[in-house]
Amino acid sequence: MTDPFATLVPPPTAPPRLGPTDVSYVLEDTAVGRMLLAVRDDGRVVATAYAADDEAVARWLQRISDALSPRVLRHPGPTDAVRRALEAYLSGRAHDVDVAVDLVLARPFQREVLTTLRRSVGYGHRTTYGALASASGHPGASRAVGAALGGNPLCITLPCHRVLPAAGGVGGYAGGPEAKRLLLELEATVSR
Amino acid sequence: MSLPPFQSLVDAHWRDVARLAYAPVGPVAADDVAQQAWTQALAAYPRLTHARNLRSWLLTVTHRCAMDHHRAARRSHPHEDPASLVTAPTQPPPDVPDGDLWTRVAALPPRQRDAVVLRFVGDLDHAAVAAALHTTPGMSRRLVSDALATLRLNLPDREDL
Repeated sequence: MTDPFATLVPPPTAPPRLGPTDVSYVLEDTAVGRMLLAVRDDGRVVATAYAADDEAVARWLQRISDALSPRVLRHPGPTDAVRRALEAYLSGRAHDVDVAVDLVLARPFQREVLTTLRRSVGYGHRTTYGALASASGHPGASRAVGAALGGNPLCITLPCHRVLPAAGGVGGYAGGPEAKRLLLELEATVSR
Repeated sequence: MSLPPFQSLVDAHWRDVARLAYAPVGPVAADDVAQQAWTQALAAYPRLTHARNLRSWLLTVTHRCAMDHHRAARRSHPHEDPASLVTAPTQPPPDVPDGDLWTRVAALPPRQRDAVVLRFVGDLDHAAVAAALHTTPGMSRRLVSDALATLRLNLPDREDL
């Protein structure tokens, strides 16, 4: 049966206007790839994550929905501050992405490692997975540290790109090795 | 309890909600009704106990908002002719053909009109239509089939209905 109403209801014109709610996010094309920036209602940043394709976007949004609140809406306004901070860092004007963060998406071990990382490895400096494992009180756990950094919900903001394999090379990175190299070069150039 | 992020519901279903809001209340109020439906759905969303059939949940919320709109309109104009409330909001949109069928749908008894709109504009199954109208799927079938019979009777030249 054909839909007898198809011609009667004109095509809808615009999606609903809903104000910012528990979580606001945007997708931002940056020099190192497309990133998902998510901010909770108190202004703290919960994600600055690489999201190259729609599947990755959906995965991050579902993680946010499960961990924090399913009231997740696309809204540029609340993410302005983190967008500007990220832009300042990537252009070399700032030495860190200066925002308040909430590690609600990280597991407890991940939280420990990431907090230690932010505190102990400054701009232009580098460390190894093994050294970071020792610094966060888990000597020998370099593989676990690597895995924890691989799932970093706050890439760049919590600088997991400064952690390299002891054996040389740049190692893995959520945004791809090319992005990692670019960030390391940026920091090397600016701090010189 | 895992629910998809609300934005994915908006992206997937805002057109359906707008269409369903348009059908019972007409072009003027449709925007308000759809807007209100989304606001209510967003507020209630975290309290949902399961994520099955979110589309029909949204359409049920939309239908309830449309009915509330009718009720509010009746309250604010108590002396108006109630018959005008049935026909007034369902004026055929000026820019679409076949406004005649629209008028005939508007002239159906309210329960039949609601059922037929939910069934075909909202594309809900009878179980969902029944839930929205607080009745049984059997009664929903009955309402829709009576409505279609009436429409068919008035449109003898249309064979595809």
